[in-house]
Amino acid sequence: MGEKKYVHPYIPNSEPAVKRSMLDAIGMESAEGIYKEIPDRLRYHERMDIAEPIIDEYGCERHVRKIMSENMNARDNICFLGGGTWNHYVPAVVETVMERDEFLSAYVGDAYTDHGKFQALWESSSMLSDLTMLEATCTPCYDWANAIAVACRMAARTTQKTEILVAGSIAPDRLKIVRNYCKPELKVTLVDYDKKTSLLNVEDLKAKLNDNVATVYFENPTYLGGLEVKAKEIVELAHETGATAMVGVDPTSLGVLEAPGAYGADYAVGELQPLGLHMSYGGGLGGFISTKDEEKFIAEFPSLLFGVCETSQKGEYGFGEVAYERTSYAQREKGKDFIGTTAALHGVAAAVYMALMGPQGFKELGEGILQRVAYTKAELAKIPGIKIPISGYSYCDFIVDFNDTGKTVKEINKKLLDYKILGGKDISEEFPEYGQSAMYSVTEVHTVEDLKTLFKALSEICAK
Amino acid sequence: MAIVKVRDNFQQARWNEPLIYELSTSGLRGIIPPPVEEEIDSEAGDVFTALPDAVRRKSELGLPEIAQKQVLQHFLHLSQETSGANLNNDMVEGTCTMKYNPRLCEKLALEPDFADIHPDQDPDTVQGMLKIYYEFEKVVKAVSGMDKFSLQPGGGNHAVYTAASIARAYFEEKGEAEQRNEIITTIFSHPCDAAAPATAGYKVITVYPDEHGMPDLEAIKAAANEHTACIFMTNPEDIGIYNIHADEIVEALHAVGALCFYDQANANAFLGIARAREAGFDMCHFNVHKTFGTPHGGEGPACGALGVRDYLAKYLPVPTVEFDGDKYYFDYDKPDSIGKVREYIGQSAVVLKAYAWCKMMGPDYLKECAEISVINNNYMLNIMEKLNGVTHAFRDNGIVRQEQIRYSFEPLTEECGVGSDDMNRRMGDYGIPWFWASHYPWVIPEPMTIEPCESYTKEEIEEFCKVVEICMEEARKDPDKFKEAPFNTAMHKRLENGDLDDPEKWALSWKAYCRKHSK
Repeated sequence: MGEKKYVHPYIPNSEPAVKRSMLDAIGMESAEGIYKEIPDRLRYHERMDIAEPIIDEYGCERHVRKIMSENMNARDNICFLGGGTWNHYVPAVVETVMERDEFLSAYVGDAYTDHGKFQALWESSSMLSDLTMLEATCTPCYDWANAIAVACRMAARTTQKTEILVAGSIAPDRLKIVRNYCKPELKVTLVDYDKKTSLLNVEDLKAKLNDNVATVYFENPTYLGGLEVKAKEIVELAHETGATAMVGVDPTSLGVLEAPGAYGADYAVGELQPLGLHMSYGGGLGGFISTKDEEKFIAEFPSLLFGVCETSQKGEYGFGEVAYERTSYAQREKGKDFIGTTAALHGVAAAVYMALMGPQGFKELGEGILQRVAYTKAELAKIPGIKIPISGYSYCDFIVDFNDTGKTVKEINKKLLDYKILGGKDISEEFPEYGQSAMYSVTEVHTVEDLKTLFKALSEICAK
Repeated sequence: MAIVKVRDNFQQARWNEPLIYELSTSGLRGIIPPPVEEEIDSEAGDVFTALPDAVRRKSELGLPEIAQKQVLQHFLHLSQETSGANLNNDMVEGTCTMKYNPRLCEKLALEPDFADIHPDQDPDTVQGMLKIYYEFEKVVKAVSGMDKFSLQPGGGNHAVYTAASIARAYFEEKGEAEQRNEIITTIFSHPCDAAAPATAGYKVITVYPDEHGMPDLEAIKAAANEHTACIFMTNPEDIGIYNIHADEIVEALHAVGALCFYDQANANAFLGIARAREAGFDMCHFNVHKTFGTPHGGEGPACGALGVRDYLAKYLPVPTVEFDGDKYYFDYDKPDSIGKVREYIGQSAVVLKAYAWCKMMGPDYLKECAEISVINNNYMLNIMEKLNGVTHAFRDNGIVRQEQIRYSFEPLTEECGVGSDDMNRRMGDYGIPWFWASHYPWVIPEPMTIEPCESYTKEEIEEFCKVVEICMEEARKDPDKFKEAPFNTAMHKRLENGDLDDPEKWALSWKAYCRKHSK
């Protein structure tokens, strides 16, 4: 610490006279009178090896800003990364509401003093249910992968079966999370996908379905950018063997892509981040799980579920926890999995976003993205050496094949930085069957000028 | 000295806010997405109509249609009906460490150099962010004495789950995974210390305290055997008593070949005072959103920093952030890793804010947080002990409490039938947010768990105690009326009519509500 000892702005009772008066009241000389309860052998007697503070707020701000200035951001550069976190516009109203100290610094209070938190999260779940057409959506999970994993265990309990079939085009990192969470009770089996479309191989699904399958999980759009035209057939095949069907979706796509509930899926899972959260280096994530309003499904949620209820004031909308006895808060290890702090604030942000967008906003957003992606794919395919390996339309994410350029994605992305472009994600290790390919993502933030900058840059880089 | 203000004329905002669907008028909208330019439109054509029938949405979107001001207004009203720690006397959520969450950290998190970076960017383009991860890991290492951390888990429970996964991987490698199928925990440890290992496949043995409220050392020793994989224990436990046998428990567990996990979710009182390492633990975790000053967000986003000793580091989730003296990079080369528990490398917003908070503190002010928090707690206890109607867990055991206390309104209940839930609702009428009673089961009857951490003033502590005193007086005078509280908060007393537990009535969405309640 510097030479001057400050009363820290965050520690009011450290003011010497205040502290002294409090210690006097409890008859102690110092905090050591309290810490004497800790046996000396358990005490830490050294000064913690932590850098000295910058106690003035301005100095601290400059310090952190200087470190963060070593990042390249998607505002000064054109970013084409997606695949789990997307570069969408964050409306000003969402930012305002999310930064309200009431929501930001609340915690586990009941609806008596946190009525607004309950209502906002109930509305968030309800609007997600509108998008998915499944009437029961939980409060947020950690992220999309966690939502899949939790829902798989829910499906296993509901069906009393222990095998999970997963479309092989799932993001490998997402699969790692599912495998870890399903261990040791559930067996996770991958189902083949068609390399030309990235869609599920229905014949392989038929071969792998058996009467011990709890759920069939597939994504629509797929991680690799295909739109699952056989979604209804997959759901029906799953149901025929007594399995449930679970679909992973990008919720922003549901203004233009069919809702999982409409083709009979039992669960829809996905990511909240594209619903008005900044990318924040993975800090915008939050997962959701929607299912049918049937007791056999709802009873297996580990998550908190908020519902509307009556109060002593006639006509007032009250809120509370639905079927709380399910949870590990109520039942410890006898509850469903475990529940704790997840990503509630991101549920509030998503609520504001969905309310702003409304049905027209989602439809226009989706239509525009479909057009931008179709345009981008067609233009990229004109560049010598570049191919679009997956047929059909895409929503945001799609694969670009650079094999014939003779360059690696890594080399290309490095050169793109000179054009102030953050190139697509290198998937050559995740999906080696596509060789030197990258996943690009185009959203509503990309103007035609941005896209042309990309085309020009890639034309020049690939020609060299 | 500041005044002690009891807010006896308090009224929380109560907007009678309609459900958002009731604000909808067909044709209205809150925002217009960027339209596509003419060139894209003419080149791409109408893709939506061209989509295969099977994927094109045909069903109507049931979302509300509202203009922008009314959307903002609605959510501002809801925010006013919420009582965050930054605007309330929120020392009442014991075990949760409701600190002040500095506005500076929020300001930093909205900067484009953070808010607008993608987690799949090449590490060379996000060296600043990786430095923050690396430097914050150094802080938690110093606070715990552990050798290596993962910041991937998305909360405290998730860190406990990750620890259980590591225990499983450790014993799989030793060929003892099937044999070691039990974990031990204590009833005053957080419920996740039982539930998360159970999710990872473990049978749970729960040990109750001895007559002093201390985890029963002999019972733990008796429960530990060749089937034990790990003990998951909090210290201090939820009732604020420091477990002086921590190292003896570790010794007993290690003697039977088991691992030891220290739940340090509430580590605030021990920054620079006592660490997991000195007690001999193999793993520990911190709730970054509690001890390190980041907002709780109404239950997240959060970060559970999981620390391990060097011999367990190879099992940590991938990737870890490393530094080669020149650059920060990811290390995926961990063949024994449990894999991943969360997408990307962690809740970066929480890590960034925690780093900034720690930078404002340094080693000495961190320690001062600890010292002031225990002084605050004992100062409050000194006042509370003088009040009739409230007592606290294991009151006369002669042990000085640390950072929190589990109080009990059992004497008041015996006197006039008013209990913890009733007090909780009524105290809200004085502007006190909903207090944390206790995790279930309520071993201590009619509980209230309070943790007046370093953010609160002496006067706020006194205000809280005064409200308890006033409410108990009111309860004695007219218990029937008291039980009808609250009167001045955002919501009135819930009716116990099955709305939340009857599948025929519960409504998780507007559609379900309309269907079941004939709207």
